[in-house]
Amino acid sequence: MPFFIKNQVSDIKPILTMKPTNTKDPEYYHKVVDCQYACPAHTPVPEYIRLIAAERFTEAYMVNWESNVFPGVLGRTCDRPCEPACRRVRVEEEPVAICRLKRVAADNKGDVKQHMPQGPLPSNGKKIALIGGGPASLTVARDLAPLGYEIHLFDEQKAGGGMMRSQIPSFRLPEEVLNEEVNFILDLGIHTQFLTYVKSLKDVLEGGYDAVFVGTGAPKGRDLPKLPGRKEADKNIHIGIEWLAGVAFEHTKSIAQKVIVLGGGNTAMDCCRTSRRLGGKEVKVVVRSPFDEMKASPWEKEDALHEDINIIDNHVPLSFEVKDGKLIGMKFQKVKPVYDENGKRQLLPTEEDDVFIEADEVLIAIGQENSFPWIERNIGLEFDQWGMPVVDETTFQSTNPKVFFGGDSAFGPKNVITAVAHGHHAAVSIHLFCEGLDVYDRPSPYTNLVSQKMGIHEWSYDSSVAIDQRYIVPQAKKSQTLKDRKKEVELGFDIATAYKETQRCLNCDAQTVFTEDRCIECDACMDVCPTSCITFTVNAEEPELRQNLLVPAENLTQDLLVSKELKTGRVMVKDEDVCLHCGLCAERCPTSAWDMQKFLYNTTKANQMITPLPLIEK
Amino acid sequence: MSYLKPLFRHPKLPKNKLGYTQKEYEGSLSTLCAGCGHDSISAAIVQACFEMSVEPHKVAKISGIGCSSKTPTYFLGNSHGFNSVHGRMPSVATGASMANKDMVYFGVSGDGDSASIGMGQFVHVIRRNLNMVYIVMNNGCYGLTKGQDSATADQGSRSKAGSVNPFQAIDLASLAIELGATFVAQSFSGDKQQLVPLIKAAMHHKGFAFLNVISPCVTFNNNPGSTKSYDYVREHIEATSTLDFVPEMPEIKTNYEKGKSTRVAMHDGTLIQLNKLATDWNPEDRVSVANALQHARTKNEILTGLLYVNTEWKDLHGTLSTCSTPLNKLKEAELCPGTEALKEINAGYR
Repeated sequence: MPFFIKNQVSDIKPILTMKPTNTKDPEYYHKVVDCQYACPAHTPVPEYIRLIAAERFTEAYMVNWESNVFPGVLGRTCDRPCEPACRRVRVEEEPVAICRLKRVAADNKGDVKQHMPQGPLPSNGKKIALIGGGPASLTVARDLAPLGYEIHLFDEQKAGGGMMRSQIPSFRLPEEVLNEEVNFILDLGIHTQFLTYVKSLKDVLEGGYDAVFVGTGAPKGRDLPKLPGRKEADKNIHIGIEWLAGVAFEHTKSIAQKVIVLGGGNTAMDCCRTSRRLGGKEVKVVVRSPFDEMKASPWEKEDALHEDINIIDNHVPLSFEVKDGKLIGMKFQKVKPVYDENGKRQLLPTEEDDVFIEADEVLIAIGQENSFPWIERNIGLEFDQWGMPVVDETTFQSTNPKVFFGGDSAFGPKNVITAVAHGHHAAVSIHLFCEGLDVYDRPSPYTNLVSQKMGIHEWSYDSSVAIDQRYIVPQAKKSQTLKDRKKEVELGFDIATAYKETQRCLNCDAQTVFTEDRCIECDACMDVCPTSCITFTVNAEEPELRQNLLVPAENLTQDLLVSKELKTGRVMVKDEDVCLHCGLCAERCPTSAWDMQKFLYNTTKANQMITPLPLIEK
Repeated sequence: MSYLKPLFRHPKLPKNKLGYTQKEYEGSLSTLCAGCGHDSISAAIVQACFEMSVEPHKVAKISGIGCSSKTPTYFLGNSHGFNSVHGRMPSVATGASMANKDMVYFGVSGDGDSASIGMGQFVHVIRRNLNMVYIVMNNGCYGLTKGQDSATADQGSRSKAGSVNPFQAIDLASLAIELGATFVAQSFSGDKQQLVPLIKAAMHHKGFAFLNVISPCVTFNNNPGSTKSYDYVREHIEATSTLDFVPEMPEIKTNYEKGKSTRVAMHDGTLIQLNKLATDWNPEDRVSVANALQHARTKNEILTGLLYVNTEWKDLHGTLSTCSTPLNKLKEAELCPGTEALKEINAGYR
């Protein structure tokens, strides 16, 4: 009988356990880079933020341009899905000002054109038509032109850019910025046919194109046709996006003093702020939903309030009031939000008296819709019950294999960055289609994982974690901006402030890569980790394992990195949730079982697709 | 190399009874070698103090010289500290304890600091049963001077340079038991599950609590042939028991097999619950402990866990019958009671 019994943890190993994490899957580390993962175009955010910190603005711009095509535009107007995803909001309050840092790269870039494809580009003998000149079509053009496609772009306006030109006001996006970035693409030898409204897709298909891309957006603004008084007051009622386009193309130059803007989205914010610049003195935004649930981005609402615009929430429009054939205002019913147990909202009347609000003009900005009157229904292109084309979500191909959709015209109104992402996917499909290949057999994303070790305890990225609060972007004086519709409100970060803001980035792409075979289980990483992410414990099923960590891993959107079984029978489990990527685990690791490795992820773009080399027989 | 730890912590870090998170018990970022066992022991002290809801200002850390003696910088950053002369930590701790008996004293020492230059101090502080926790971070080598064998290096252990140690090792745990230490435990830096409750129990022991913790030196003594390497210790470790430190009178939840479970009541009403793995051993019987240690040594095994505990002997303050108020809190009126009182005292000697 043994004198003493071994008490090793392996004796109490449960039967059901988590499998070791497959970090070879490109999406595993991609997901850790929260900002990049949240971005529809998957722009490598930390990569360009580090370039901005190093004042390498041209390179930072090009990282963006490769991925999102319009860095200058997006650095001012993006919906920034990356920012709420930023890891920083899980350890403090505000995310890194990713969007405005992008603008810094655009504002300070040098000669970027030398890094772009240079014409004349050799032809591959194929011809593509792009209908609509917005971000989706321009992205397709940018991706396909270098491959030698002859590209014909049709747009009804006099210049390219689509809604970026017609709907985003100049005080948010100066025309020069837009023109520059549109021209980078058009200069690739795109055949533009502006001021050309395409009346028939059939005609286009008969024009001998190898493929057609439809990027016509969601051009129809919603109206309130049944509201009493709508017809009588028609002269003083405008559809928001049409009115904004009128302003952009200088058909509309003024507005009355008292304006009501209906709607709570970003278009409503653009309408009210533009009204202030065209003569609107008392501009009110009236919206059905509560203020906090309005669709407009919080910063857009803030900017509107700053320009003395009154936002009246919980008001449902009842009628346009007309006196002597002239609009005098609108009547609204007061409502309050009521939520059922599923959190679903209902707006119920408060029983208070209806409210009359005076107005000389009303702008309706309550949403926009797709409209395809120019697409024949007998050309093999199916439409669903809502009048939307049937489009494959991966390939963006319609049921007519030659026709591809992207941007708002594919799945309804979203935003510029989504349109760009669609453009990349569609371009890949178009290229595969034109090569006679399977559009579903899509190339994997490009990934790269490189150690950042520069010495025993040195990393080639700045691993220290700044505690600075988010820096505020300075704005031009209100007295100036309200006078001139074209005067940009935001001034952008200066380089010194931009540097400080870059240091808030946690470098989430510097991955903590764990090599089991090297680990001696000294627990140094577990002890040093400032955010208690690492635990060495007995393996279990995921829900149980999540609870068994030093701090339970309750954020289920974040993965666990689980190692193979170690010598003592335990596994290393890392909760990716609040990892600061400070590199301390790797610095305190005596055997380099932990290493900080930079993960680069680029979605496949048509212009980067490599024709496979013929196999050499051994 | 990072010298500062990021200030952000996990937003859901648990809080103890005082409302503190573990952050309040941490020290500066360690400058010891990456993977040093000492850092694990520091982390175990942090965890033990956090879980016991110790008020950081009621703890003093006293150390001598050596890698181990640097560690007080790396834990309990909000507590008092004194980095003393090589091997003289026990004297400083004795003085501090005499002045203020209300503090928790952590003496942190190494095998060089305790088993060589400070051996005289070590044996006398045991003899006096000073109320303190005395931790030896034992790596069997002089890590700060490039890894020469120390007095606790096992005979036959091979150094990183290849030389074999010809001398017998001083077994600090056996020595402490021989000298009558009232709480003797042995553990391994790589086993926090065992180490943390041991530290908690040691803090509650009224008297001298000795913890000999094997702590591999990753830089100079983690090579094949060394008997203080992570691999060797893991292979040769033998726990006497699993141990729970129970801060309050608990309801009994687990029924341990009869004869295998022991409870040791501490002075302050806390309990140590021992689930014995070793059969021929009784933690309250010095002879059986000495035997167990000898047995283990012949089998090249490292016996860990709580080896011996004696709660009956008085600590130094008890032996000296010092007053219940700590000396540093006595006011002038109490310290100098005046000529009348002096006369009375003198009269007592006539």
